[in-house]
Amino acid sequence: MRLEKRNHTSPAAYVLAPVGAVVFTLIVSALLVLWAGAPVGQTYALLLQGAFGSVFALTETLTRATPLILTGLAAAVAFRARLFNIGAEGQLYAGALAAVAVGGMHGGTGLEWSPYVLFPLMMLAAALAGAALLLGPALMKARLGVDEVVTTLLLNFIMLLLVSALLDGPMKDPLSMGWPQSVALQGDLELSKLVPQTRLHTGLLWAVSLAVMLWALLARTVPGFDVRAAGANTRAAAFAGVPITRTVVLVALLSGGLAGLAGAIEVAGRTGYVTLDMSPGYGYSGIVIAMLAGLHPLGVIAAGTFVAGVLVGADSMSRAVGVPTYIADVIVATSLIAVLVAGLLTQYRVRWK
Amino acid sequence: MSNVLRLTHITKRFGKLVANDSISLTLARGEVLALLGENGAGKSTLMSILFGHYVADEGSIEVFGQPLPPGQPRAALAAGIGMVHQHFTLADNLTVLDNVLLGTEPLWQPFSRRSEARAKLLAVSQQFGLPVSPDARVGSLSVGERQRVEILKALYRGARILILDEPTAVLTPQESEALFDTLAQMVAQGLSIIFISHKLGEVLRVSHRVAVLRQGKLVAEAPAQGTTQGQLAQWMVGHAIEAAERRPAQNVGEPICTLSNVSTAPTGRDRLNDVSLTLRAGEIVAIAGVSGNGQVALADVLCGVRAATTGQVTLRGAPLQARPAWLVSQGVARIPEDRHAVGVVGDLPVWENAVSERLRGPWFAHPWFRAFWVKRRAARQHARHVAETFDVRGGGADAPARSLSGGNMQKLILGRALMPPKDAAGNTAPAPQLIVAHQPTWGLDIGAVMFVQQQLINARDSGAAVLLISDDLDEVLALGDRVAVMHDGRLSEALPAEGWTREAIGLAMAGAAH
Repeated sequence: MRLEKRNHTSPAAYVLAPVGAVVFTLIVSALLVLWAGAPVGQTYALLLQGAFGSVFALTETLTRATPLILTGLAAAVAFRARLFNIGAEGQLYAGALAAVAVGGMHGGTGLEWSPYVLFPLMMLAAALAGAALLLGPALMKARLGVDEVVTTLLLNFIMLLLVSALLDGPMKDPLSMGWPQSVALQGDLELSKLVPQTRLHTGLLWAVSLAVMLWALLARTVPGFDVRAAGANTRAAAFAGVPITRTVVLVALLSGGLAGLAGAIEVAGRTGYVTLDMSPGYGYSGIVIAMLAGLHPLGVIAAGTFVAGVLVGADSMSRAVGVPTYIADVIVATSLIAVLVAGLLTQYRVRWK
Repeated sequence: MSNVLRLTHITKRFGKLVANDSISLTLARGEVLALLGENGAGKSTLMSILFGHYVADEGSIEVFGQPLPPGQPRAALAAGIGMVHQHFTLADNLTVLDNVLLGTEPLWQPFSRRSEARAKLLAVSQQFGLPVSPDARVGSLSVGERQRVEILKALYRGARILILDEPTAVLTPQESEALFDTLAQMVAQGLSIIFISHKLGEVLRVSHRVAVLRQGKLVAEAPAQGTTQGQLAQWMVGHAIEAAERRPAQNVGEPICTLSNVSTAPTGRDRLNDVSLTLRAGEIVAIAGVSGNGQVALADVLCGVRAATTGQVTLRGAPLQARPAWLVSQGVARIPEDRHAVGVVGDLPVWENAVSERLRGPWFAHPWFRAFWVKRRAARQHARHVAETFDVRGGGADAPARSLSGGNMQKLILGRALMPPKDAAGNTAPAPQLIVAHQPTWGLDIGAVMFVQQQLINARDSGAAVLLISDDLDEVLALGDRVAVMHDGRLSEALPAEGWTREAIGLAMAGAAH
């Protein structure tokens, strides 16, 4: 068996590739469902219903999608520029901490600022905190050639330990009865509900508009051209006059900032305070979502909603039939592999002799 | 004569493209067959099929009367087919003997049988008149010597049919002569050779028979004797070719760019060592030399991607700033050596590549962007204009630049560099005053070569200073008004082209003082 480069890719192949990937994923997952001894059709129906089948299911899915879209955008913009930021998880926590530090830490200090001042400050602080965490690795990569995969990944663990220390120390909520959780955000800084009686909050609008803004920046502006050119071919970009170091800094600010905002929006929209388990790996899932979306900011909205739907749907499905929720991870992982292979097959063809 | 190799109706398709269309060829014992054709004519595909990298859709191959199983490089090696690639496949940090032995010994053999191997290598080297020292490190050898090691590698493995892919592209004229002597000796001992080249003169000198491919078809097969270069060129492109006419420079003007005692930090052998040069308006200065002797450093300095460590570079009297954007704004047109890796960003569309050099500057007076927003309509219009003026053919403005053929990509790069934009008020910026062209015709087909050379001559005639850096001696002599030779980071004096002979240039390329 060998791969030969295709000379020409038909437009139909670009449409058929993702469809084929979805079909492949469903078949592989169906085998596992059969193995667990559950009826395949019913399992998929329950999963779909649990994700999108009612107003409640839909709002739960979109609530889960909000941080996923933001971390997906963080990964997408960084990967476009070949800055492999694996540290969105840590940047998310940095953003969450910064949000609480600005928006919850001055009870009783007499500092009574209007929420109209405090809210933008809180968001800005969160974005800057996330960006600051990525700036170091990005500059070390640009200047010294240090592998950013290693540095950003390791910073995640440092960040988690820092969060742990702060939640048991200076940021500990005195009313939490010993639970490691931070002081709560001021009530008037919380995001309002998008649908009453549900958990869905206006953070979704933030995520969607940031996706559109990021798309416009990348596709329509000179700095966006710089990011795409530097990522696709650094030498050619530098030859054409793209300021490479400045572009790397910009990408770090955008990517880290988006991950930081994901943390702040989770705090302001859902939890109200920081805990050590507030993110079940949103930062890492963002990488999967960005790859599923082909690193396209608007595709991230769809991919984030898909992954959130699978996760939420699997939760409710597993309560009805005896299939563990881990099937959600299998579906997401298989779909990622299938999409990547399908993308490869649009460029290469397989010969069997 | 007995045939050692017979290709019968080889056909290979890539989608709709027919890369090889029912090609039948034979090779006799003791024969040199030249395989000619432009880029994309199907030479590499045919050789890849012969060597087992590709599997033909139709047709069969016979070697020494035995059918060759398709798609197995090992089978091709075992059958006695050896290939010497244009870009060497040697490990610099190993010795000559190690390089030759690499991959020939079984994995489970506990000790390398080096003394036997050394004896065999020396025997082969003596038999074919290819002297080498087995214990020299390949990294310390000259290019000509490395090529000798490549050939020995194939002969050591028992090759009876040798494929040489553009073997003279990296050699000085003297080294080429030595190679031709070697080939004659090998043929006299019964080896057969397929010689791939696009230098028509040497093809006629070296080969017994010539086969010409065009668009995947075998269009001509003829004995070398009695065939002319013009005939070959016509077969290759399908119509008669007129060479760019050499006209001497008419109005040599002011110095545009001067280098005085410029040196750069060494990166391997490629650096500048105390180089001085003056480029004047209305004149082409051509730099000859074997690649890797400082040409990259010279081009990098003048393209703004590397700074000189000592010495002075001035552009119209002002010190040159090592920033591409500044150079472009000062009217420097830059044509890089490697069009795929440096010239264009292959993933981005043609239109973005057509304007990519000119996306900097004050936003309020800029033709293509305002406050960061790209004016897509104006930029695309310019890209279309470039494509029309420079005859860039291919998928259109939105196709990724990598989909262009080499010639069209080079035309795009030329157009980007040479065509000044119109500003918002409709005024056209001045044409470039300095053109830095590094290997601008490398790997292009004859039509594109003529086009690129004509553009450089036209730019000179309209008053630009042109620096042409080229490996191709014919090109240097055809275009250069003054010629200088580079060796080991040093640049000879730039003398009028009439003052040089090919022999003198060859000696200077090899480092002899003159």
